[in-house]
Amino acid sequence: MDHVKEAEENLTVSKLRERFPEATFSTRSFRNETTFLVRSGDIIRICRYLKEDPGLLYDFLSDLTAVDRFGDHPRFEVVYHLYSLQYKWRLRLKVHVEEGEATPSVTSVWGAADWHEREVFDMFGIRFEGHHDLRRILMPEEWEGFPLRKDYPVQASPKWWEEETTGD
Amino acid sequence: MTERRTMTINMGPQHPSTHGVLRLVLELDGEIIVRCTPHIGYLHTGMEKIAESKRYQQVIPITDRMDYLAPLSNNLAYVLAVEKLLGIEVPPRAQVIRVMLTELTRIGSHLVWLGTHAIDIGAMSVFLYAFREREAILDMYEQVSGARMMSSYFRVGGLFADLPEGFEQTVRSFIASFPDRLAEYEDLLTRNPIWIERTRGVGVIKPEDAVDLGLSGPSLRACGVAWDIRKSNPYSGYDQFHFEMSRGSHGDVYDRYLCRIFEMRQSVAIVRQALERLPAGPVVVADPKLIPPPKPMIKQSMEALIHHFLLWSAGFTVPAGEVYQSIESPRGEYGVYLVSDGSNKPYRVHFRAPSFVNLQALPRMVEGRLVADLVAIIGSIDIVLGEVDR
Repeated sequence: MDHVKEAEENLTVSKLRERFPEATFSTRSFRNETTFLVRSGDIIRICRYLKEDPGLLYDFLSDLTAVDRFGDHPRFEVVYHLYSLQYKWRLRLKVHVEEGEATPSVTSVWGAADWHEREVFDMFGIRFEGHHDLRRILMPEEWEGFPLRKDYPVQASPKWWEEETTGD
Repeated sequence: MTERRTMTINMGPQHPSTHGVLRLVLELDGEIIVRCTPHIGYLHTGMEKIAESKRYQQVIPITDRMDYLAPLSNNLAYVLAVEKLLGIEVPPRAQVIRVMLTELTRIGSHLVWLGTHAIDIGAMSVFLYAFREREAILDMYEQVSGARMMSSYFRVGGLFADLPEGFEQTVRSFIASFPDRLAEYEDLLTRNPIWIERTRGVGVIKPEDAVDLGLSGPSLRACGVAWDIRKSNPYSGYDQFHFEMSRGSHGDVYDRYLCRIFEMRQSVAIVRQALERLPAGPVVVADPKLIPPPKPMIKQSMEALIHHFLLWSAGFTVPAGEVYQSIESPRGEYGVYLVSDGSNKPYRVHFRAPSFVNLQALPRMVEGRLVADLVAIIGSIDIVLGEVDR
């Protein structure tokens, strides 16, 4: 089972290297899952290729989220989980984003990215260039700060609430 | 000629069909919905944030509270993700019990959907019957774990405890009577002209749109896209069970209804097979670093006392790395993305909640339809707001 899986991954790797010789990316495998680290500038091209190539067909965006590697530079990782309905393969793409930087939105490739990107923006403050409606989705519009950042406290309350209770 | 103007109204969060915590801003041209904008976040509980401050085993009760209609499905996805990080597999008995209970959970969850969906559309009696059957499933939760709703029965490395005496008999009598009950609900709805009128051709979504928007579960299969994680990427030994995948063709409310009814029947078949093959043996892995020793052992063995103390004060550590594990929950692909830095707490947990993604398709289903159809369509997506907002 495992060697079959490896062969599939190698197919994706070799196809990507063949198609994008100039794009730099590294791969890592852990527990039978492959992670591709790509440059954010290449993300749309690579996603579109992965989705449309008849030998890959990663047409389903399962998930899109981010990780805050607080203390590292670049600080954030945006993580894409792709799935191929036809071949039943999974693939993880990763993009590094520095604090204050933006990364291209993949909403033009998969409609599903819309709310996912809004959530990442809301929770981490990562902006997605080209997103048509990048607003907060879970927190109120006027909320300050990004709750899922590592330097944001677990117990926090909105400013107006603090002011009212302390009587300032 | 008078000027034609649209009107903007709020539907929810108070409207019963919006579950109390979903607000839909509707732009209406008469009774026709021109634009629908969902607003979520009223329930936001910050579970992903809380999970980062808890030890691995302590996150399980949090996962219960997300999809509170299918707590065991969430437990399963989470513990499978941690087990994948650890690189362990639970004993066969635990596997089969997990499958049996998650399928009962699927029935229970679909029953709540059926009841509330029917009541949204105006059929009262189905609601009462469906909840009567769900009671039986909650009783089973209570028997295995002591809790009726937030059962937290699964553990990393196995189960909280083995099945209690007589449990198999309870399940057997339930699955013996349930298919007949289901047939009664179908008598009430499937060929009911009012039901058909309200659901057929309503909220249609095309298969390519559904895939583009990341729809999963019965909502996706109702469009004719055959994708069920239990079949395509089996976990917990699902590949050893015989069952069929539900499949629709029109992608409307009626097909989504039929898909879920079909799934309940298939779940009964899986539970029956699980009962037949339930092997004897332990329900937890034999790893003292992961599973606390049995209580009587603590009084006899110093070793057991140390392991007990360490597990309850510091928990266990997990190798550094990251995994994504998804299961077929009653609502679709429920995924857990888990990042470990090698400590005893998850560095980052992300829950790919099917309700969150499925709700995104709502505007595409309702625009151009009547306000009354919206109620039927929300019900047919089967959202759980606890999971949408997390």
